[in-house]
Amino acid sequence: MPTKKCPFSDFPDPFAAAREAEGIQEIDDQGDPVKMVLGHRNVRKSAHDWKTYQSGAKPGRIVVPSEVNIRDIRQIPFETDPPEHTAYRALVEAWFRRPLEEAYEAALTELINSELDRALNAGAMEVVHDFALPLQSRALTLLLNCPRQEAEHWIGWGTHVFRSDDDPLDSGKANQLYDYLDAEIARAGKDPENGTDLYAHLLRAEYKGRKLTIEEIKGVMILTFAGGRDTVINAVTNTLAYFAGNPEDLARLKENPDLTTRAVEELVRYFSPLTHMGRVATKDAEVSGCPVAANTRISLAWAAANRDPGVFENPNEVVIERKANPHLGFGFGIHKCLGAPHARQVLKVLINALARRVNKIEVTNYEDNIEQWGEFERKVGFHRLQIQIS
Amino acid sequence: MANITFITQAGKSLKLAADSGSVMELAVNNNVPGIDGDCGGVCSCATCHVHVAPEDWEKTGAPGDLEKDMLEFDDNVNEFSRLSCQISITEALDGITLKVAN
Repeated sequence: MPTKKCPFSDFPDPFAAAREAEGIQEIDDQGDPVKMVLGHRNVRKSAHDWKTYQSGAKPGRIVVPSEVNIRDIRQIPFETDPPEHTAYRALVEAWFRRPLEEAYEAALTELINSELDRALNAGAMEVVHDFALPLQSRALTLLLNCPRQEAEHWIGWGTHVFRSDDDPLDSGKANQLYDYLDAEIARAGKDPENGTDLYAHLLRAEYKGRKLTIEEIKGVMILTFAGGRDTVINAVTNTLAYFAGNPEDLARLKENPDLTTRAVEELVRYFSPLTHMGRVATKDAEVSGCPVAANTRISLAWAAANRDPGVFENPNEVVIERKANPHLGFGFGIHKCLGAPHARQVLKVLINALARRVNKIEVTNYEDNIEQWGEFERKVGFHRLQIQIS
Repeated sequence: MANITFITQAGKSLKLAADSGSVMELAVNNNVPGIDGDCGGVCSCATCHVHVAPEDWEKTGAPGDLEKDMLEFDDNVNEFSRLSCQISITEALDGITLKVAN
């Protein structure tokens, strides 16, 4: 039952026909094609089957577009398989669950309220660069447990740590991050026993009876910086766009803050900030009746699965109180998003602050960020979103 | 009031009681290890997976279709698997035992 939507707060599903027809669609990527898996069940099935669809391929190859030409460092635990993956993940899991602690939530609330103060005082802003990017960067200092001041460097890097606006694979940008991490690891290495940040935590960690190498520590840190960058920026920006177009939902959340948890899950389902993630077949296999040859790639299209009408009633509507919501916005299986507790907490605190403090958001100008995957054109967020806020 | 016993992966037994909410919420509020409930109970994260004691299966009942689908590709699934966010606490659950699956 389609309702009237504002063009800026509508995120159409480009996958409907292909998901219904074949359930899989091959696209090219720098000469290393990818079969995108589109249906909810097949995405979960393939994500679950890590023996057939591995992550521990050549570094950068499971990412789409492939990053094999711009990096050699393996992201950890993301680009590994069991048993290594299990051991690596165990080293970082508890650290990445710190966002659930009361003190963390309190610090995040203070941080997001001060970003909102800035926005409300200005009365108008461009959300991507003036709000979402600084908010994401400053919130990341909590996840790293490092000084708030560090965020000022990161804000200067722009919205994606590997990609610039005119170049989807910019090796110069990647080097900037690597140089920064080398310096930070060296700094933390001067006193790893007393350090309280993530670098020190990793320097102290024991992996299979030995310390982590610098390369491994960098692998974890690159994942931390890259995985939560454009994804969180898009989620934050899109949330503001959504409430600008649907003020009645913000009013409902103000009246009933208990709905916030469900609203977070529903917005993550609807926006699906990460469209898909690849895997490499370890042997000849088959998905959705389509052969997948050994050493070729598939991708798990979270965004397509999240609009599967066989699973979600009215999949193209945002239903903030949606109760049964088995979305795959944070992935599925052993590699599910390590940063999800942080991301969920950012969105929860943001939505609570907006519901409590904001009366009106009005979009005055915007430019969509449309991804092109073969024939599919998918809106993932905005290049610019100009708003007035009061 | 329903008394519910959780057996953790480490083999520890925790006896808890509540009269409303979901089993997941009861476990999370009491820090039962292995029950995280990351998604807040919308059947998305599968971090609240339990094995119901066979003799209590009639009390909890079988999973619904959507829950069954989500369990299909979860780790450590058996015929008594449930996602505890989908089990509402009522008096009828009094005395059941749940083993934390992960």
